[in-house]
Amino acid sequence: MNMKVNLCGVEFKNPVTVASGTFGSGSEFSEYTDLNKLGAVTTKGVANVPWAGNPTPRVCETYGGMLNAVGLQNPGIDVFIERDIPFLKQFDTRIIVNVCGRSIDDYVDVVSRLSDSDVDMLEINVSCPNVKEGGIAFGQNPDALLEITKAVKKAANKPIIMKLSPNVTDITEMAKAAEAGGADCLSLINTLTGMKIDINRRTFALANKTGGLSGPAIKPVAVRMVYQVKNAVNIPIIGMGGILTAEDAIEFMMAGATMVSVGTANFHDPGVTEKIVDGMEVFCKTHGINDINDIIGCVK
Amino acid sequence: MSEKKRVGVLFQEEIGTDIYRLVLDAKSIAKEALAGQFVMVYPDGESTLLPRPISICEADPETGRLTLVYRVVGKGTTEFSGLKAGMEIDIAGPLGNGFPLLSKKAILIGGGIGIPPMLELSKRLDCDKTVVLGYRDEIFLNEEFKPYADVVIASEDGKTGTKGTVIDAIKAQGVTGDVIYACGPMPMLRAIKAYADEHGIEAYISLEERMACGIGACLGCVVKTKEKDHHSHVDNARICKEGPVFDAKEVLI
Ligand SMILES: Cc1cc2nc3c(=O)[nH]c(=O)nc-3n(C[C@H](O)[C@H](O)[C@H](O)COP(=O)(O)OP(=O)(O)OC[C@H]3O[C@@H](n4cnc5c(N)ncnc54)[C@H](O)[C@@H]3O)c2cc1C
Ligand SMILES: Cc1cc2nc3c(=O)[nH]c(=O)nc-3n(C[C@H](O)[C@H](O)[C@H](O)COP(=O)(O)O)c2cc1C
Ligand code: FES
Repeated sequence: MNMKVNLCGVEFKNPVTVASGTFGSGSEFSEYTDLNKLGAVTTKGVANVPWAGNPTPRVCETYGGMLNAVGLQNPGIDVFIERDIPFLKQFDTRIIVNVCGRSIDDYVDVVSRLSDSDVDMLEINVSCPNVKEGGIAFGQNPDALLEITKAVKKAANKPIIMKLSPNVTDITEMAKAAEAGGADCLSLINTLTGMKIDINRRTFALANKTGGLSGPAIKPVAVRMVYQVKNAVNIPIIGMGGILTAEDAIEFMMAGATMVSVGTANFHDPGVTEKIVDGMEVFCKTHGINDINDIIGCVK
Repeated sequence: MSEKKRVGVLFQEEIGTDIYRLVLDAKSIAKEALAGQFVMVYPDGESTLLPRPISICEADPETGRLTLVYRVVGKGTTEFSGLKAGMEIDIAGPLGNGFPLLSKKAILIGGGIGIPPMLELSKRLDCDKTVVLGYRDEIFLNEEFKPYADVVIASEDGKTGTKGTVIDAIKAQGVTGDVIYACGPMPMLRAIKAYADEHGIEAYISLEERMACGIGACLGCVVKTKEKDHHSHVDNARICKEGPVFDAKEVLI
């Protein structure tokens, strides 16, 4: 049985990676899960310089999910290259680096700095709802998305994944803009902007007032968007949003994703990714699927 | 090394109004645990997603018993309060750092549901020490300290010990020491930081923040620090990883 998938010429031993920001740089989870079992590790968003992020509280639980407004705290690309890449290189897994910035120049700076690094793909986060400048501003306007995709593509010598926001009227418009800009791959969805109010204290649950909703609550929205995008563009998709089980992952693949990312579920169970990998194999066996690629987009 | 595992419940009892003592058979975790560390307890509930951080109240490396004391405040703790002997629960730990064990005359201060971690600390500190416990009204988990230290009590309603805060009790009862260890609500910790500054003594405080992962990955639980943190390279440290215990001088609270 074949579990290998191929994204833009890069081969992955299985279709499971982790969603950026939920797995640190991998080292924190290495005590709880065998990183060698993952198709890839996708790292926390990294910018050209260190970012301090938002004030706390930054996270809160909601029904079937959570809100976060971490605000892309990160140690900057220099530390990332020196510390985090060598750590991940010890494992037999691919590395996808998530990149954030406030301006096109910021993104291009990080992408250029990564040209000499031994990483496999770059995921460009133009969809973070928790920072004021950059981030989502590029992901909500097709012209801006086209422009940044072109700029990043020009600077990069590795396949580029543009990560899309669900906080738009028509996600296919964004997907087409990214494709037109030269994106090699798309990943979706980032978090949905939400809010929670503590009615006893009459305050917002998060210091940032709003946060990004993730977890099982958003899965149906994410599956729908993956399906729509699959039918709108010709580049491969990494699907995510609320995946908790192998069955959830299979659902995303049937909707059109070539790979899947597991995010918030890592908090629910730090060993969940291994279980999802194993469970997908079991699903294939019991359903007589010889090649996992056969189910990609099989529901038309 | 910390780990996540399913452990057995040895027993559970209500030791105060909505306050429970949960004793778990958690061999390897109890063996590794330091006073001041915590565990993540994973609810089984359909309506919860995230694990709940709970301090280690007692950890016996020999018997493998791990004791948690918690207050029922919401969905997760309500579910935990239904655990009975023979049932099982998932926990991960031990997590974070612990209190440093200094050989200096010590004042251990616990406020409310911040009292539990001071119990294991009072056992492990082999020095002259006084335990100061602060309550709003109802007293709990105070007798347990008596074999290990002198105990001084403050209560807001004044029914037990000094009426007022732990600082009021320290002043009223002439408690002295060269180092403070504390866990409790933020206003208490702020007062202790100021008190320690004023008296030129060291203070180690255990902080609380909303957590998603508990293992240093999500960056949800940070506190502002005076210096650049070695991990984050910004003035933020993770409470779940670099903490929950910090040198009071190093955090801006
Ligand atoms: C390091 C650390 C040690 C702790 N030790 C203890 C202890 O020994 N005994 C004890 O009773 N409590 C302790 N707490 C507080 C305890 O984590 C919360 O009371 C508990 O998570 C509430 O869960 P719930 O589902 O009942 O409440 P809900 O309100 O339903 O919880 C909703 C969400 O908010 C979080 N949350 C709610 N209150 C707090 C809080 N005060 N701190 C952090 N997260 C919170 C929950 O974890 C959950 O994610 C500790 C907290 C931290 C950070
Ligand atoms: C705490 C937290 C931090 C996140 N940080 C990032 C980030 O740095 N970059 C990014 O592109 N997405 C980030 N995300 C979004 C996730 O990668 C993912 O798109 C989203 O959470 C949906 O997947 P899930 O429901 O499986 O978590 C973050 C999500 C969470 C919960
Ligand atoms: S709770 Fe996730 S980093 Fe501390």
